Amino acid sequence: MELLDHLALGFSVAFTFQNLLHAFFGVLLGTLIGVLPGIGPVPTIAMLLPVTYALPPISALIMLAGIYYGAQYGGSTTAILVNLPGESSSVVTCIDGYQMARRGKAGKALSVAALGSFFAGSVATLVIAAFAPPLSEFALKFGPAEYFSLMVLGLIAAVVLASGSLLKAIAMIVLGLLLGIVGTDVNSGMLRYTFGIAELSDGIGFVAVAMGLFGFAEIIVNLEHRGHREVFTDNVTGLWLKWQEFKEALPAILRGTAIGSALGILPGGGAMLSAFASYTVEKKIAKDPSRFGKGAIEGVAGPESANNAGSQASFIPLLTLGIPPNAVMALMVGAMTIHSIQPGPQVMTSNPQLFWGLIASMWIGNVMLVVLNLPMIGIWVKLLKVPYRLLYPAILLFCCIGVYSLNNNVFDVLVTAVFGVLGWVFVKLECEPAPLLLGFILGPMMEENLRRALLLSRGDPMVFFTRPLSLGMLIAAALLLVIIVLPAVRKTRDEAFQEESA
Amino acid sequence: MPPVRNPKEFGSGLLFALFGIAAIAVGASYPVGTAARMGPGYFPRALGLILLAIGAVLIFRGLRTQGARLSIPTLKPLAIVLGSVVLFGVAVVPLGLVLAAILLVVTSSVASHEHNWKESIVAAVLLAAFVVLAFSYGLGLQLPTWPAFVGR
Repeated sequence: MELLDHLALGFSVAFTFQNLLHAFFGVLLGTLIGVLPGIGPVPTIAMLLPVTYALPPISALIMLAGIYYGAQYGGSTTAILVNLPGESSSVVTCIDGYQMARRGKAGKALSVAALGSFFAGSVATLVIAAFAPPLSEFALKFGPAEYFSLMVLGLIAAVVLASGSLLKAIAMIVLGLLLGIVGTDVNSGMLRYTFGIAELSDGIGFVAVAMGLFGFAEIIVNLEHRGHREVFTDNVTGLWLKWQEFKEALPAILRGTAIGSALGILPGGGAMLSAFASYTVEKKIAKDPSRFGKGAIEGVAGPESANNAGSQASFIPLLTLGIPPNAVMALMVGAMTIHSIQPGPQVMTSNPQLFWGLIASMWIGNVMLVVLNLPMIGIWVKLLKVPYRLLYPAILLFCCIGVYSLNNNVFDVLVTAVFGVLGWVFVKLECEPAPLLLGFILGPMMEENLRRALLLSRGDPMVFFTRPLSLGMLIAAALLLVIIVLPAVRKTRDEAFQEESA
Repeated sequence: MPPVRNPKEFGSGLLFALFGIAAIAVGASYPVGTAARMGPGYFPRALGLILLAIGAVLIFRGLRTQGARLSIPTLKPLAIVLGSVVLFGVAVVPLGLVLAAILLVVTSSVASHEHNWKESIVAAVLLAAFVVLAFSYGLGLQLPTWPAFVGR
C-alpha cells in the first residue's frame, strides 16, 4: 500500500537521532509554554525561528510543530490544576477539569486529558497521511484565480469562526494585508510604505509583528490585573482511571477526535474551535447535562482530544495548499520560507522526506508527550509555583534576544515594541489580533495571484466567477458570511463564545 | 458632535479609518495601472478604501449603539514593559548582552505589583548568565557579550 510506503519513509526520517532529539526538544518546550499561562505557541515559535537557521529544514519543522501540539498537552495541566487556560485552546477544559481537581480527582482528569490527546494525535497523524496526497494533487490544478478565491475563502472562514465582532475582524485582515505589502514590490521594484527606512525595504519582519501583538501585549495586559492564582498541587495522585470512568470517557474521546480532525482541516479552524465544538456536543448529548460544570469526565476527555486532533489537522491546509489556517501555521509558513521551501502542493513531491518525516514525527512526538505529561507531572506542577513577577521578565528577555538575532538588527526590536503598543490598543478595543497576522502573511501572495489572474483575463474580473472551482470557493465564502449575519445563527454564536470566555 | 456611546466600536473605527487614509495618502504617488496591468498602487489603494469604509461604519456604530466603557486601569505596565524593551534594543550593541539583559530584567520587573528589588536583581544576574551560556556559547548567535570599552 502506498500509504504504508509513505509512512515508512517518514519514520525512517523521523527516527534519526537528530530528528528524535529535535522532536523531543519541541514537545518539551511546547509542554513548558503550554503549562505556563501568559506565553503561547505563537511568540515561542517566533522566538525560536532564528535558532532554526542553523538546523536542517526537516529538524527545524519537526521541532516547531512539536511546540504547537505539545502546547495543547501542557495547557490542560494548567487548566485542571489552576483553573487558568495555560493555552487558549484549554479554555473549556477549565470548566470541568478544575471541578474534578476540586473533588480530589486531579490525577484522573490529567490522565484522561493526556490519554485522550494521545489517541486523538495518533488518529490525526493518520488523517493527515491519508488526506494530504489527494488534496495536494487537487491543488496542483489551481491557477491564480483559484488561489485568490481560496485565500478569500480562508480569510473569511477565519473571521467567521473567530470570536468577537465580524466587522472588526474583517478590518483586521485588511490591515494585515496592508502591513504585508510594506517593502519592495516584486513586480515594479518600487518601495512601498517604507518611509525612507532602509530596514523596511525587505518588509516588516513577521516575527516582530507576531511577538509584539501576541507576546508583549499579553504580558502588559496580565500586569494590569492584580490577580492571585490558587494552585491544586497537593493531591495530584491516583492517575489510574476506574473501568467505569474509562467507559464514560471513551466515547467522548472518539467524538472529540472526529470533531477535531474535521474542524482542524477547515481554514480558520484549529485547536480552540475544535475544543469548544466538542464541549458543546458532549453537553448536548449527555443523559444528564447538569453534571457539566461540576466535574464531568466527558467535559475533559472530549475537548482535550478535540484540541489535539484539531491542532494537528490544521497542518493539512498548510502542507497541501500552502495556505495557513491559523496564526501558528502562518509562522510555519515563515519557517519554511526561511529554509527556502515554498509551502504548497509541490512540497510533497519535491520534498517527500520533509513532508512524510514531519508527519511521522508527530506520532513520535505524541508518544513522548504522554511520557512527559503523566509520569513527570510533578515537575510541571512545581513549575506552576513560579510567580509571574519572575516569569515575565524572563519571557521578555528571550523574546528580545530572539527578535534581535533574526537579522542581528536592533531595528527589529524597536518594531516589536511598536507592535506591542498596537497589540495593547487592540486588546483594549476588543479587536482579535489573529486575523491580522493571517492577512499579513497572505498579503503579498494575494496581491500576486490577483495580479496574475487579472493579467491572464486581460483585466476582466469575471475570471473569478467563470472558473468553476474559483466560483465554488467564492460562493462558499459568501454563504459563510450570510449564515453568520442571520440573526438566529448570530445569537447562538454569541452565546457560544460567551460561554467560552466565562 | 453626538456623544460616543460605544467607545470600543468608535475607537477601533477611528483607528481603521486613520490607517485607511494613511494608506491612500502615502500611496497616492504609486502608479495604479489598470486591472489588466496592475501597478504597485492598485492593491494597497483598494485595501485602503475598504479599511476606510469599515472604519466609517464602526465610527457610526460607536455613536449609535450602547457599549461597555474602555477599561484602562493603569498605563504603568505598558510604559515600563515596552520602555525596557526599547532600552534593551538601544543598549545591546554598545553595552553587550550581559549588561543589556540585566537592564531589561531589572527595569521590566518594576511593572509588577509584587515587585521586589533584591529578588529582581538576583533574577537578572542569573538570567543574564543563562542567556550568555545558552545563546552566545550554546547556539552561537552573533551578539556582543561585553561592553565595547572593555574589549571583546
